[in-house]
This record gives sequence, C-alpha cells and structure tokens, in this order.
Amino acid sequence: MDRKGIMSQLPLRAQLATALGKGAATLSRVTGRGDGSVIGGRIGLVLEPQLLTLLAKQRRLALVTGTNGKTTTTRLISAALTELGEVATNAFGANMPAGHVSALAGAPKAEYAVLEVDEKYVPMVLGETGASVVVLLNLSRDQMDRATEVWLLAQRWRNALEGSETHVVANADDPVVTWGAATARHVTWVSAGQRWKEDSWCCPECGNHLHRDDPHWECKECGFRRPQPTWRLEDGTVVDPWDRRLELKLQLPGRANRANAAITLATAAAFGLDPIRALPRLHQVTSVAGRYTVVERHGCQVRLLLAKNPAGWLESFDVLEPAPGPVALSVNAQGPDGRDTSWLWDVDYRVLQGRPVFVTGERRLDLAARLEVDEVPFQMVDNVDEAVFRARAGHLDVIANYTAFQQIRAAYGRVE
Amino acid sequence: MSLRVVWIYPDLLSTYGDHGNVLILERRARMRGIEVETVHVRSDERVPLQGDIYLMGGGEDRPQILAAQRLRNDGGLNKAVAAGATVLAVCAGYQIIGQEFGDDQDRPMPGLGLIEARSGRGQVRGVGEIVAEVDTQLGLPTLTGFENHQGVTRLGPSARPLARTVVGVGNGDGTEGAFYGKIVGTYLHGPALVRNPGLADLLIAWATGGPVRQLPPSWADRLREERLAATRPAPTG
Repeated sequence: MDRKGIMSQLPLRAQLATALGKGAATLSRVTGRGDGSVIGGRIGLVLEPQLLTLLAKQRRLALVTGTNGKTTTTRLISAALTELGEVATNAFGANMPAGHVSALAGAPKAEYAVLEVDEKYVPMVLGETGASVVVLLNLSRDQMDRATEVWLLAQRWRNALEGSETHVVANADDPVVTWGAATARHVTWVSAGQRWKEDSWCCPECGNHLHRDDPHWECKECGFRRPQPTWRLEDGTVVDPWDRRLELKLQLPGRANRANAAITLATAAAFGLDPIRALPRLHQVTSVAGRYTVVERHGCQVRLLLAKNPAGWLESFDVLEPAPGPVALSVNAQGPDGRDTSWLWDVDYRVLQGRPVFVTGERRLDLAARLEVDEVPFQMVDNVDEAVFRARAGHLDVIANYTAFQQIRAAYGRVE
Repeated sequence: MSLRVVWIYPDLLSTYGDHGNVLILERRARMRGIEVETVHVRSDERVPLQGDIYLMGGGEDRPQILAAQRLRNDGGLNKAVAAGATVLAVCAGYQIIGQEFGDDQDRPMPGLGLIEARSGRGQVRGVGEIVAEVDTQLGLPTLTGFENHQGVTRLGPSARPLARTVVGVGNGDGTEGAFYGKIVGTYLHGPALVRNPGLADLLIAWATGGPVRQLPPSWADRLREERLAATRPAPTG
C-alpha cells in the first residue's frame, strides 16, 4: 500500500479538520499551554465528527486499556511494532478520542497505530476505529468519585466485543477482565498474573465466591473459570505458545512491567511479529512519560514512581529499593486524582516499616493518619527536596499519585 | 475485657477503604487495653452470632443485591442484633439494613429490616465532602466524611436521623444516616470512622457496656480539623 497517500485520500473536510487541529496543537505548544494533543483533536472532531474513523482507515490498530499499565504497555507495544513499520501512538496518555485524533493526524504515513484508551471509551473507540486488536490488561477500583464501577465496565466491554471480529489479547489471571473479554470471538489468553485481588473475590458471572488457587480461579456454582492461557509469565521469563522461553531483560522495574511485557509480546504476535524480533525493542524502553525516571538532586538519585490507586501502590512497593532505602509518598486529591482519599485505606503500608518514610503532597494529613494506624513511623515534609535533605541517602524512591506526580515532574523540569 | 468485631462480606461489600473502619475500631479499643478479635466473614460463610460489633461496607449495585439476599437467607445478623449486638453499616450496607432499597432499575429489593428505613434511587449522584451535625442525643461532634451514592433514604418513626446535613446530600432530605438502638447507618462511605473517632468510641462504648476513656490526640484529629476547615461554608454576615 502507498502510505504517502493517506492524507490525500481523506475527504476534503477531514483534511481541513486535520490541518486546523494541528495548527491549534502547535499554537498550544508554543504558548506553553500543554503538549497540544487534546486541543488539536477536539478542534478536528468539531469540524469533522467522523475524523477518528477516517484517520483510522487502512491502518492496523491496537487499543490498549485497563486500570493500570495502559501508558507503559502502549509504549512497549509501539516499540515492538516499530519493527514492522512506522507507528502512530498517543504517547502522552491523552487517552480519549481527541487524543486519538491527534496521534493519528500527527503520523499520517504510519501503517500501524497503538492507542491507549480510557476504560470507559473502549466501546466507542472500537466502534469508530474498527481496531484489529484490543488489549485488556486488568480491572480494579480506581477514583470511584468519577470513574465507573469495575463490573459495569467489564459489562460494557462484553457488549462491545460481542460479535466483533477484533482479536482480543487479555489477562486470563484477572477474573473481571476475563469476563469482560469472554464474548469476543478471537481471544489470546495470557497468564500475566494478578497481585491485587480485592475486586475479584466473587464470580463476575453469577456473584458467588470464587475458588482461587493462584493463578487458577473457578466458580463452583456456575462453572465460569480461568481459560487456558497460551502465553504465560513465569518470573522473569515469558513462555510463548510454541513453548519458547523468552527471557525478559527490561530496564523498567517490577513485576507489573514484566506482566505488561508478556502481554506486549502476545500482542506483537497478533500483528504477525515474531516475539523474538520484538523482545530487544522492549529492552530499550527506559522510562515512560516521567515514570521510573531518575533525577539527580543534591547528590541523591531520586526515582519517580506513579501510582494512582490501591493496585498501583501495591505494585510500586514491589520495585522499591530494599529497606532501609528511604521512600517519600505524595498524595493529592484534585479532580484527576479523585477527590476522595478513602482508597488509602485499601493499601497495606506495613511493608514500609523499617525504612525512613516521608509524607508530602496536598493530602499529607490523610497519609499521616493512615500510616499512624499501620504503625509506620514517618516524617512530614513540604516537598521532595526536603525529603532529599532529611534522608541523607544516595537514593530516594518517590511514589506519587497523578497530580502530585505531575507537580514533582514539573518542579524537576518536565523530566521524561 | 475483649471485643469481637465481625466484618461482613469484605468480598462483596468493600468498595472503597471500608477496611479502615475495622482498623480504627481495633486501634482505639487496643489503646484502651481491650483485646480485639476480628472475624472477616466471606459471602459463602455463615455470619457468626457471637460478635459485639458488626461492620458492613459499601458496594456496587449487583454485589449489594447479592449481599442482601445472602444475609436474609443466613439470618445471623438479625439474630445477633436481637441479642443486642452493635452495628455500623455504611453506604450500600446502610441501605441493606433498612426495610427495602432500590436496585439498578430502582425496583424495590427487600432489606434486613433492622432499622425502619426505605431507600431508593435519587435523581442525582451525591459525590463529595459531607458535613453533618449529629443528633444531640448521641453527644458526638460534627460528622465529616466523603459520600458517593445515588440513594435517597426515608426513615420511619422508630429510626432517628443520625445527623442534620450542613454540606452534602446524605439521606436527601436535609438529614444524614440513621440510628436505632445500637444500630448506626450512614452515607459517609468507606473509612467513615477515621475522621470521626467519636463515633468509633461510641460503638466501642455500646459494645463494651460502659463509657470509654479519652485517648490522646492523633493525626486523625488533625486530619478531621483540616477537612472541616476546608469543607464548612464560610460564616456569613
């Protein structure tokens, strides 16, 4: 296929909408308002409501969704597919249709696209783009003052996937994800693990208590059970359907990223890419939009970890430097974080006992009250730099939720 | 002295930080030298009859319906209450302890009838900070918490509103929650006791049959003051 032609193949109005959207994005960037990926797409969609559909035509798309790991997995899959050709992607986490339009308009020649999609928008974006692959990572409680309950989300996925020809890649170890994917005709099941289980003790099909013997799970009442996976993650190794063992040497830390990598390799295979060719591309990824970035501050290596909900916090404890390595926790409760801090009570902080702990952020008192009950000694600080001074260590891990993370990143010069 | 805390169905009714209420009761009882035994009752297990304080949390529509059906079939909680147990029921749990509640289509579903209250679906979702002045009969300071529900609740004559709403939605008629005997229901969701240590102490006092001594101030008290200051409407005039 001639890739040069995709823009000129668009109807005139779509070409105009794309051009004006890009102009607005540039304006937004140069005036310092943002990276432009949302405003440009919004303007384009106002001028041509079908723009997402038109821009998605004649490309092979993967949509990536789930509560945690969307941005990182989108990055990993994009890196893998680069092996096949140019890839359009919304690398900045603008994961609603305006962001998708910007990503596609920004890479008119790309034959492939990997789009991170907000969980709620999966039915709509799948409908508009007719994506060839949908990647379902995990589902757990997240900012419930503005997000949707997990069973309801999974029900919407089921409705959207029913009768669809889309190839689904899904984590078989997550019962709610499995239920959400179960109506799809073509599914590649990956055993990617599930550490956070508090939202899947009961059968999503009938509501009875699930019998769980990790990684297996099964409902003794209605028979809904874990499907047999063809891919599986075993510690640091991914075993593919041909029984080849692919050793992961990721620069991204932690079990959650190994799970993301396992799902990435299965997705690459769904695109016809040999995972052995994809693997080295994953090893090159070092940080994703500031996540896992290390910043040098006054002789201290400060590592930034983003965790937005209980499952995310549990996974980030897994990547901390061993005790007594110091850690700073920062929590805000602005709109994008969820204004409700109740979720702090779903996290078990006792694993932090035995290391210096600093608390900061706009809701540091919520953290203080929480740590007090878990009997984790802590010091309250005004910002991460104060934690650096007080810690007097060569390394400091910082775990922050969304806007707290962005504030720290901004203070350190929008580090990538 | 000892206290047996029963957490009902954490596998179904533990949507947002509900475990916090268990932790606060345990902590505040132990700091007074009261031994605490906590039982987590899964939805496929029987509710034990010998508990002193029963806790029930919030949940999505489907889990709420399932939990209510199971608790009705089980009958254990009703027996324990008849024998004088203390109950704190939050959000979906609050609706379940009433006579009926609305399902996702607002069809009435039978509750446990532990308290004279009927809940249904309101027009708008109440999401945000809530502040309410507690019934003077209970002698508690102002309630502070977060609510996230679409329920409206009407109380019958035997139940009293727990509080009058200053900020937020609560029951939907200017009142918030309910109490009857040693049963408390509230729309303050999740870890409601964290910012309301007085309510935690009241439950402990009811369950142990006597007044409890004051505890030194904690970080939770500072959090409580901060939230009240951030949420209360500015005085006028």
